[in-house]
Amino acid sequence: MARPKADPAALAALLEVLPAPAQGGWLAAAQAAGAARLAAMGLPQRRDEYWRYTDPAGFNAPLPDPAEASAEPSAFEGIARVRLVFVDGAFDAAASDDPAAAGVEIAPLSVAGAADIHWARELHGAIEGAAHAAVARPFAALNAARAPDGVVIRATRPARLPVEIICRTAGGARDVLLRHLLRVDPGASLTLIETLGGGARSLHLIEAEIGAGAALHHIRIEPRVIAHPCQSHLHARLGAGATLKSFTLSGSAGLMRNETVVDILGDGAAAHVAGALVAGAGALHDDTVFMTHAAEGCESRQVFKRVLREGAVGVFQGKILVRPGAQKTDGYQISQALLLDDASQSLAKPELEIYADDVKCSHGSTTGAIDETALFYLRSRGVPPAEAEALLVLAFLAEAVAEIEDPALAGAVEARLAGWFGREAD
Amino acid sequence: MLEIRNLHVRLEDGGKPILKGVDLTVEAGRVHAIMGPNGSGKSTLSYVLAGREGYEVTDGSATLAGEDLLGMEPEERAAAGLFLAFQYPVEIPGVGNMTFLRTALNAQRKARGEAELSAGDFLKLVRAKAATLRIDPEMLKRPVNVGFSGGEKKRNEILQMALLEPRMCILDETDSGLDVDAMKLVSDGVNALRDAGRGFLVITHYQRLLDHIRPDVVHIMAEGRIVRTGGPELALEVERNGYADILAEVA
Repeated sequence: MARPKADPAALAALLEVLPAPAQGGWLAAAQAAGAARLAAMGLPQRRDEYWRYTDPAGFNAPLPDPAEASAEPSAFEGIARVRLVFVDGAFDAAASDDPAAAGVEIAPLSVAGAADIHWARELHGAIEGAAHAAVARPFAALNAARAPDGVVIRATRPARLPVEIICRTAGGARDVLLRHLLRVDPGASLTLIETLGGGARSLHLIEAEIGAGAALHHIRIEPRVIAHPCQSHLHARLGAGATLKSFTLSGSAGLMRNETVVDILGDGAAAHVAGALVAGAGALHDDTVFMTHAAEGCESRQVFKRVLREGAVGVFQGKILVRPGAQKTDGYQISQALLLDDASQSLAKPELEIYADDVKCSHGSTTGAIDETALFYLRSRGVPPAEAEALLVLAFLAEAVAEIEDPALAGAVEARLAGWFGREAD
Repeated sequence: MLEIRNLHVRLEDGGKPILKGVDLTVEAGRVHAIMGPNGSGKSTLSYVLAGREGYEVTDGSATLAGEDLLGMEPEERAAAGLFLAFQYPVEIPGVGNMTFLRTALNAQRKARGEAELSAGDFLKLVRAKAATLRIDPEMLKRPVNVGFSGGEKKRNEILQMALLEPRMCILDETDSGLDVDAMKLVSDGVNALRDAGRGFLVITHYQRLLDHIRPDVVHIMAEGRIVRTGGPELALEVERNGYADILAEVA
């Protein structure tokens, strides 16, 4: 796809204000490679097809306003997990739990990047770098070029506890870039939670290698208050029989873009990507998914449910690509929007591109209002309209939340959602 | 208990008139039945009393224990003690029946200034009531009315009635879609709720429901009005001769 000509001066101006490149170790080389990828692509422009509904301007230039302090409470209090805290984009060991409790290898990228951790060196930029052949993703490369920290995790067996990455801001950095490298070895499993903060402009990225028969469960809780534009990327590669389940909860009131790029490379693997969104005034929320089937007998699901009100705009761009030979593929995609007022808007661009002849792929997209009949039924039983609407909205979102496998974590997400509507979860 | 005076209703936005002067009084402790041919306005009457949108009251009044019903929101009518058992109970995917029942009961208690029931107390209450209606505990876990059979839906309506303990119950064609056994179960549920402080208005097409829920008073409705009022024998007359004779008589 031809892309509009990039503006090198704009890129230089942006790089000027981002965290400085690493000074040594393999991370410096990996960042340099990322910078080279970025320079070749340039920053995205409004006319880019991949930014058709979301103006990249908010990400393209130095942030004009200062960052704010933000520390949203975790949705998972009371659930045993290993918390890894980042403040203004840097690992805060004192505020974190002992990583060893998870029973897997964990190190901050800022430390691992100078050590001889060959698998991390090989993974950095490998999955993300391969993604640009289908669609250029300059911000993923920008993250490679400048993210100074993050988490590096290798699971060689099932992790004992979920790992929660908690991002807070103290107002000291305008741009927060974190890059997490995950390697889940054959037969191993890991649950990774991201609790993002909205105080700074942020660009998060996970690169995940999921080995044969391995499983990665990913839950992302996006900030309720987004003072500055925020991006979150997931690049995952699945081996034979591997499982990826990624769920994102968003309560956005600002500009948020999630890009999920999944390559299914081994036979019999399964990848599920789901999102539940409640967006209010000033929100532009963009979920962009690219699911590639390159092996036989694999299953993928994309389930996105969004509730839009107060003029919020929800964007869904979801693609399923079935490569030649990826027979017996079972691909499913649904994006549904519930508009609570006339001012809100849902934009959906589902795409199927199929080069194998024995596949099952379906996609659906719906936009609608609250079911008036159900609303009256509830009110006739004495439920006030606001509470009745909350019940119906939570019911609408439940299908996406159901994609979370662990009942305790799913319960915590339900409780967080219910809290947004002044209800307690059941 | 329920007093309806000269009620005139038409479809909203200047639509056609449906109720053309309904007069009806249901006393506490009594069961009134309304029978009538299709299109006579029976279901409209129930919807207007419950507060469904889409209708315009052009004249008349309806009060519940002296309170003006027509000025209240649907949830206020429910809290005041009015209950409509729907002819077509609504399916609500994603909302658990238990959540629905508890939310409704606690919302009404809250509106009346009573303490909300704890989850534990509620569970005990609902299980006891469900058992008498032979409602499977599994049915309580499923989403509201989703995948329920016709009989299960109607039993779920009666369960709501038993939990909410309204003082005025309107049953809109509760017999439709029920086989004989289910009708008996539902009727037993309704009969168990009959007491001196509660009024019932049973809307039905056929006499057979009234074999199980024996009315004190029977009204015949036609063309948006009550055209005949009598005792239970009036329902038997309809069963024998249909509506034609009565309608011809009053025409």
